[in-house]
Amino acid sequence: MNAPAPTRRPAALPRHGLVLAGRSLTKSLRSPGSLVNGVVTPAMFLVLFVYLFGGAVSGSTDAYLQYLFPGVMVMGASVAGMLSSGLTINIDMKKGVYDRFRSLPISRSAPLLGSVLADLVRYVITVLILFAIGFLMGFRVETDAGSAVAAAALAIGFGSALSWAMVFLGVLMRDESAVMAVTFIAILPLLLGTSMAAPVETLPDWLRTWAGVNPVTHVMDAARALLTGTPAGASVTWTLAWSAGLVAVFAPLSVWAFQRDH
Amino acid sequence: MTDHAFRARGLVKRFGRTTALAGVDLSARPGTVLGVLGPNGAGKTTALRILATLTRPDEGTAVVGGHDVVRAADRVRRGIGLTGQTSMLDEELSGLANLVLIGRLLDLGRAGATARAHALLERFALTEAARRPVATYSGGMLRRLDLAASLVGRPHVVFLDEPSVGLDPGRREDLWRMVRQLTAEGTTVLLTTQYLEEADALADAITVIDRGRVIADGTPAELKRVVGGQAVSLRPTDTDRYGTAARVMERIGGRAPDRTGRDTLSMPVDGEDTAWELARALREADVRVTEFSLHLPGLDEVFFALTGTSPDTTAKESA
Repeated sequence: MNAPAPTRRPAALPRHGLVLAGRSLTKSLRSPGSLVNGVVTPAMFLVLFVYLFGGAVSGSTDAYLQYLFPGVMVMGASVAGMLSSGLTINIDMKKGVYDRFRSLPISRSAPLLGSVLADLVRYVITVLILFAIGFLMGFRVETDAGSAVAAAALAIGFGSALSWAMVFLGVLMRDESAVMAVTFIAILPLLLGTSMAAPVETLPDWLRTWAGVNPVTHVMDAARALLTGTPAGASVTWTLAWSAGLVAVFAPLSVWAFQRDH
Repeated sequence: MTDHAFRARGLVKRFGRTTALAGVDLSARPGTVLGVLGPNGAGKTTALRILATLTRPDEGTAVVGGHDVVRAADRVRRGIGLTGQTSMLDEELSGLANLVLIGRLLDLGRAGATARAHALLERFALTEAARRPVATYSGGMLRRLDLAASLVGRPHVVFLDEPSVGLDPGRREDLWRMVRQLTAEGTTVLLTTQYLEEADALADAITVIDRGRVIADGTPAELKRVVGGQAVSLRPTDTDRYGTAARVMERIGGRAPDRTGRDTLSMPVDGEDTAWELARALREADVRVTEFSLHLPGLDEVFFALTGTSPDTTAKESA
């Protein structure tokens, strides 16, 4: 029929990455388990913490919701998705379809980029749903719309950067249960050793030290500052630096691990 | 150089301490089928994966469509299609979505990829199942969709790794017809198989591989001249009559039979008359049999004729 595949070389990597992200998202829609999980877990944290501890921590549930929501939004935009991003690519790679991808004239990093881009879209959806839930519970942005968008963008940007680390883990390790174990071990300190539920100053010394180092604390502080007008300090800078650093380290490592001979 | 659709020379590949390929040469002219025949673990899949750019050779060179598989892998990938032993499809997506995905990765554009997918689904009689998830497909449908998927980019060279495994005889005939149609269109095919019958039915040339080495190379006619055209295999019911059966076979066939399995005796014959004569002689000698068959030599017999030993199936086929 027609001539063979035309070659539009420039921008091939992002184009193929988007096509492969579309594949992943189509599958998310067909079996939305992990997407639902990514929303339900932070939403449960929000409801439980606000109504159980809100009165005790902040005096009223309304005041605690204003404190807690930014941290939970960061959780939904990054940490909550950690489990599925590494695991999905690990399971996916063992299937024959990756051999077909390897036999196609596409960049070796396209499937990895596709995975990260699909995560990014899932995080955007998750954050929008969380904002809706927060609004219904009574959360109000105390700054302005631009700052709110910036807060969401910072959180999702950090989440996508963290997604590269998970992709590296998923590609590097053979065994999917090992990927799951490592991710679980990483999630708890990353998520709970932060300022999410209570100000860092109220934590015991050892935990405060960790929370001060933990990048997720910076992201949560930055989101809280942008959404509720608390002092930002260096949190925005730290967030951007960590995000850039994660991508700079783990994107090349992932590609290296992916290209190893199988 | 360009009179070959692909040509591999001296391919060596080791996986740890296992040597999968110990210097293999393979080649095919455009529009022909090369059958690579060998038992499990012979190195067939490894050789195919090197030509398809999925595995790098430790030594040796391979050129496909005029491009080196290591230095110009991307150029090679533009001209090849690959169907593996196991499905290379995304089982959660529909047949249509699988083909469109490949088309879009080959830069056919959304509309172009969709049109190409529908044309292929029609050609492989999958139009009705187009929108069903691949996980619901039968084995035969999977094979057809896999082959369709390897043809999206209109490849010049198609690699088929044991394409008929798991297919019932009727489906296998369908597959053979599709392979013949490919070569009629000028596509070159490399096909690995464990069946001389399949290689004989499809291939213009056959390379026999054992333990990572080429042990025979030629046209099906040349190979059959060496291993004998048809063969008779039989299994005496009473194992005590094994020796008598062997002596009868030697008398009728003019050579000692090979022992190709537990209690199974095989011998090449020059035509069916010899087989009938043998059947009569066995009956006269009162040798009862549980199995008696006239067939093209199986892999066991081919290896007996070529090497005098059974194929080594202990080594694992390396992916």
